[in-house]
Amino acid sequence: MKVIAKSWGLPILLLFAASADVRTVLADDVRTNIASRGAFEAKAQYCGYCHGPSGQGYRGYYTMPRLAGQQSEYFVNQLRAFTDGRRGNTFEMKMARVHAVSQAMRLALATRFGKLNPRPFGGAPTEHVALGKKIYEEGVPEANVPACAACHAPDAKGAGTNPRLAGQLYGYTVRGLINWSKDRGQDHAHPDTSAVMLPVANSMSKQQITAVAAYLSTLK
Amino acid sequence: MNLIKSTVALVVFMAVSNAAFAGGFEGMSLGEEMATRDCAWCHGQLGQGFATAPRLAGQTRLYIENQLVSFRAHTRDNPNSQQFMWGAAALLDARDAAELAAYFSSIAPEPANDGDATRAEIGRALFKDGNPSGNIPSCIACHGPNAEGVREMPRLGGLSYRYLRRKLAQWGQGYHLAAMQPMPEIAKHLEPEEIEALASFLSFVK
Repeated sequence: MKVIAKSWGLPILLLFAASADVRTVLADDVRTNIASRGAFEAKAQYCGYCHGPSGQGYRGYYTMPRLAGQQSEYFVNQLRAFTDGRRGNTFEMKMARVHAVSQAMRLALATRFGKLNPRPFGGAPTEHVALGKKIYEEGVPEANVPACAACHAPDAKGAGTNPRLAGQLYGYTVRGLINWSKDRGQDHAHPDTSAVMLPVANSMSKQQITAVAAYLSTLK
Repeated sequence: MNLIKSTVALVVFMAVSNAAFAGGFEGMSLGEEMATRDCAWCHGQLGQGFATAPRLAGQTRLYIENQLVSFRAHTRDNPNSQQFMWGAAALLDARDAAELAAYFSSIAPEPANDGDATRAEIGRALFKDGNPSGNIPSCIACHGPNAEGVREMPRLGGLSYRYLRRKLAQWGQGYHLAAMQPMPEIAKHLEPEEIEALASFLSFVK
C-alpha cells in the first residue's frame, strides 16, 4: 500500500499493481475493524460537512475536492499523506489533524465515497473547455506535457493510485496543479506517488491548467 | 458686533441644517439612507450592532441578502427574527436588499470583545481545526482563517459573544433548520462548552 518512489519506473508499476489487493482488504476491514456502525456513519457525515454530503465537493473559503467516485487506493493514500505530513501544509488548518482516522476507517470511507455518483458541482468558466479537452486527450507535446488520459483514463475516472479527475471542482484542480511542488510529496527523503505528477504540473502554463480544470469539472 | 456675528452664524447654521433635513439624506446611497433611517435603531450607528441585534458592518454581501430573503420567507424563525426581522424585512425588495448589503459590507467592523477571555484559546483551537474526534469540522474551511467569511458564508469575527452563543445554540433547539447546510447539523453536535469557547474567541477577532 505504501508506495515509495525510488526511481521513475517503480511508482508507475506499483500504481497499477495495488488495485485488486486493496479491494479484498477493504471488505474485510470494514467488517472487522470499525468500532461500530454509528462511529462510521458519524465519520462519514464529518467528511460530508466539508466535502458535501454526497462527496460532490464544496466551495467554502477553500474549495473542498469531490470525493465521490474516487479510486480507493488514491483516497486511502491521500489520507495517509495528510497524516504523515506529506501533503496539505499550505492550509491554515492542520490537515494532518482534521484528516486523522484509523487505517480501517480510511478503507471504509474510501468504499463509501467511491460508490457515490452525484452530478458534478459545476460553476467553472466555460470558455476554454474545448482546449482543456484537447490537452486532456493529446497533451501538449511541445511543452513535454503528456496526455492526461494516458494515466487518468479516457473517461477521467482514474485507475488505482491515479485519481479520478472527472467532476473535480475547478478551483481545487487549479490550486492543486499550481501548488504541486509546495503541497505534495513534502517528505523529500521519501518521495511518494505524487512525484510522478510533479514535472507535468510544473510544465503546464496557467492557461493550460485552467483549461484542463474547466474541462474536468464538467465530466460526469 | 458680537451679536450680529452670532446672529449671522445662527442663521447660516439653521439654513445649512434645514437644507440637510429638507434634502432628507442627500449624498447618501440608497443603502446608507435606509440603514440610517430604519436599521440603526437596533443595529446601531454604522451597523456595529447593539444589544441583541448583531453587527452588520463588514458582513458579506451575499450573506446579508440571503438573510433578508429568509426573514421574508419566514425560514429564519428564531424568536428575535420573528419578533423584529420578519416585519422589518417584509417590504424589502431584491434591490433594497442588495443596496443594504452593499452598504453594510463596506463598513469596517469593530470587534465586540465581550466574550470570556479565559475560553478564547480553546475557542481558537476549535475554530482552526475543529474537534476531529468529536466529528466537528474546522470552521476556517468555510469561514476563512480570520473568520472573515466569503460569498454566502458569513463573517463571524468580531460578532458579539451573546449573539454567537445564542445563534449556535438555537440550531440545537430546532430553529432556522432551513439555513444553509451543514451549519444546523454541525451546531447540533456542539457541546455547550464548545459553543461558549467559540463565541468567546470570535468576539475578540478583529
